[in-house]
Amino acid sequence: MSAVHVPSETERIANRKKAKPGRTVRFRIKRCAGHGKPASWEDFDVVTEPGMNVISALQRIAANPVTSEGSRTTPVVWDSGCLEEVCGACTMVINGRVRQSCSCLVDEYAPEAGDVITLEPMSKFPVVRDLWVDRQRLFHSLKRAKAWVPIDGTYAAGSGPKESPDRQGTRYALSECMSCGCCLEACPQFTIEDDDAKWDESFIGAHAISQARLFNLHDTGKRLESDRLEALASKGGVSDCGNAQNCVKVCPKHIPLTESIAAMGRAVTIHRVKKFFTSKK
Amino acid sequence: MVNKPESRVIVVGGGLAGLAASIRIAESGVPVDLFSMVPVKRSHSVCAQGGINACNDVARQQGYSEYQHFDETIYGGDYLADQGPVLEMANWAPRVINLLDRMGVPFNRTGEGFRDLRLFGGSLFKRTHFSGATTGQQLMYALDEQTRRFEAEGRVTKYEFSEFLWPIVEGDGENKRCVGIVAQDMRTMQVRAFRADAVVMATGGCGLVFGKSTNSVMCTGGAASRCYQAGAWYANGEMIQVHPTAIPGADKCRLMSESARGEGGRVWVPRTAGDNRKPADIPEGERWYFLEEKYPGYGNLVPRDIATREIFDVCVNQNMGVDAGNQVYLDLTHKDPEYLTRKLGGIMDIYEKFVGDDPRYTPMKIFPAVHYSMGGLWTKFTPGSYRPNAQHGLHKPGQVPPIDGEIGRGMSPGAHDNAMTNIDGLYAFGEVNFAYHGATRLGANALLSCIFDGLFCGNSVVNFVTAGAPSERPAASLDQRLFDECVSAEQGKVDRLLQSVDSARAADEATNPYRIAIEMGEEMTAACTVVKTGERLTKTIDKLAELRERYASVCLGDSATWTNQSLSFTRSVGDMLILAEVIAKGSLQREESRGSHYRLDFPERDDERFLKTTIAEFDPAGTGPEAHRLTYRDVDTTLVKPRPRTYGRVDAKAEPAKAKAPATAGAAS
Repeated sequence: MSAVHVPSETERIANRKKAKPGRTVRFRIKRCAGHGKPASWEDFDVVTEPGMNVISALQRIAANPVTSEGSRTTPVVWDSGCLEEVCGACTMVINGRVRQSCSCLVDEYAPEAGDVITLEPMSKFPVVRDLWVDRQRLFHSLKRAKAWVPIDGTYAAGSGPKESPDRQGTRYALSECMSCGCCLEACPQFTIEDDDAKWDESFIGAHAISQARLFNLHDTGKRLESDRLEALASKGGVSDCGNAQNCVKVCPKHIPLTESIAAMGRAVTIHRVKKFFTSKK
Repeated sequence: MVNKPESRVIVVGGGLAGLAASIRIAESGVPVDLFSMVPVKRSHSVCAQGGINACNDVARQQGYSEYQHFDETIYGGDYLADQGPVLEMANWAPRVINLLDRMGVPFNRTGEGFRDLRLFGGSLFKRTHFSGATTGQQLMYALDEQTRRFEAEGRVTKYEFSEFLWPIVEGDGENKRCVGIVAQDMRTMQVRAFRADAVVMATGGCGLVFGKSTNSVMCTGGAASRCYQAGAWYANGEMIQVHPTAIPGADKCRLMSESARGEGGRVWVPRTAGDNRKPADIPEGERWYFLEEKYPGYGNLVPRDIATREIFDVCVNQNMGVDAGNQVYLDLTHKDPEYLTRKLGGIMDIYEKFVGDDPRYTPMKIFPAVHYSMGGLWTKFTPGSYRPNAQHGLHKPGQVPPIDGEIGRGMSPGAHDNAMTNIDGLYAFGEVNFAYHGATRLGANALLSCIFDGLFCGNSVVNFVTAGAPSERPAASLDQRLFDECVSAEQGKVDRLLQSVDSARAADEATNPYRIAIEMGEEMTAACTVVKTGERLTKTIDKLAELRERYASVCLGDSATWTNQSLSFTRSVGDMLILAEVIAKGSLQREESRGSHYRLDFPERDDERFLKTTIAEFDPAGTGPEAHRLTYRDVDTTLVKPRPRTYGRVDAKAEPAKAKAPATAGAAS
């Protein structure tokens, strides 16, 4: 049995080639009845199938929840949706690193019989049950950042602003953020906060900073630029970033998060200077 | 629009249709309670890839028109859709695109900065707007952001992780009216009633009835099934779209967008069966581009049902599949890799992640999979202003279209009954509305129908609650007893399931809900997808009866009173079995072939008998298939006259591809 680790890209490709279907792989899953309740580990043995991902292994376990020791237990609870890495729901910590479980292929992580894959809930959000966490705070941050275009209304009023392909490319890359929370799980500055009254003053996170940039880049979205910069200039804003740069390494969509943080950091500085001289507000 | 302060609307489902409805209704001054099983941003609409159709300035100057978009949609759907709503949708489409553009959707751009366009199935004109290959996701995010704005202002209240259990209906017969819903919090498991003056179901499709499909895990059709069991009619259940290009997987089939073909992707197999050379080593002359050969006009962009049957025929009947398996090549390797990244990056990444090959350099291996339900809850509409003296044919490019693109030609704007089910106050928007796609949906029309319903029919909801029955008798004024009774009925079902937990029976496969669901999915995929026969469908109906019987003594695996996913899943299995019966019975009784519904024993379209909408009514007293009463209602074809649907096929008369055996789409590999 090899030690649990996150395989590199080269290892994953090699693992996929050598993995044989029908071997038995062990899933070590952190179980927890809810936030603040004690957690414990349970092991499950799963026989692999070609193309099997962590989700399909969890489905097999749900259908027949018997541990490796042979005792019947409750089905493991987890969150999932699209199963093709565009909805963000099935994010969890796999072998110690945060990622989506749908795109995590068992062959890549556990190529040999008896290999172990560990599954844990994200640690920066309150556990609902087992692997399912409550990420409401993440969506709340999008309200703080006013991450929307302030259109007049939904009645016909002609087309939107023209846009260069370059600008579209920049915005599209930022707009692929699926609010999965990987960047927050990996961030040393972002800590669990279950008191929602404190959400407005705790670190807003890389995803929301990047969304502020996205909407400031849009001709109509820009109308709320100073509101957004004000939010990023206040407590829990962009200056809380400790520059660990973990966020960009774990982002499944390769969003240039550190670039966004730097851009917003500069914009906040300029905003402050302007505010000082014009003493607006 | 003045409304009484107590008016409220419930929207169930937070995908494109539900969010568009929420925004339009909240904007009109009526507060919205939005229910979803998932945080709305994670709804299944994010999976849509290719784009959204609308007539546009470029196509218009090439001779295209809203009318032609309408005609293509009707022809694509093999004339099974009522024509008024489709005309209205096509006429509205450019407005939908403009609105999304204003909301900041990063549509791909031309060099000059205009919205770029691509080709899509069923059209010879570029009329599909797109944002990379994740258009659904980008549209969803724009509507999610606007909804969040209303939420921040207190005009939309979200109930996420809430499962719709039952519509609350008062009155009898013709006077039935929906006045709220029963929902269960998926974390606390609390069952509660919520009052509303109108309820919009925007709950999507039912792919999970087929086990593995391209759908997300919550697309069980459970909500639609519950409305059906509560008396709403279900229409054209047998019309299930099997998408030609997906990657079969252990948990689902992952869609490879039609835009891959729209951007030049070519479908082929080696001309010699068993040719096991690498695809790049097979010279052009030894490749069989069967779609291009049979359909020289549309080529790889024939509608999905046709491409699916052709691929199926090549693999299953002719044994010409790649590596002798159920798979064909979808080849983009002749295109510039950088171009592919810009236009199709999203699906290139999905393929690479799940299969391990880079489709920029190696042709993809794909096979059909269940994708979309054209059928859904039956809805009404009030016809618009257009009253033809004679039916029209196909619009000839360059000539004036027979009907202009003005609002209100097809459906009467703001009429209370647009997209309303047979139960007053209960609406169906998006995929769960049967209205727009007939017997096959054209690619890139789904996103359009969702948003069109939300915006256009959203006004109908507002008018109904402010000036219709609720203005006389608001839900808020009704006796609490009705709501309490509905809650206790639902709580009773929950309790019965919880009491079924039995460690002695836990290992029994016969009553395991997951096992029942797998058997249902395999049966439905084998009998009710690409090729159907009466003989096979009769067996399916027996099999479903057996599964229903086993389900009656189903054994739940978890007795938790907190976040019990097993309970939610097991409940949905019962509801899926009901829908499966509607689909199977509808398939059996429709003795013809039309669009996605192909009967080997009745290979021709039969307008005389079946140019009709199938309407299923549920009889709670009936058992097995007898619980579903099927009737047929004439389709409105007053605008376009039905013509043979051949798509210019060269080798034969107007008939679909031949096939021999019942299908195993999706389950194959």
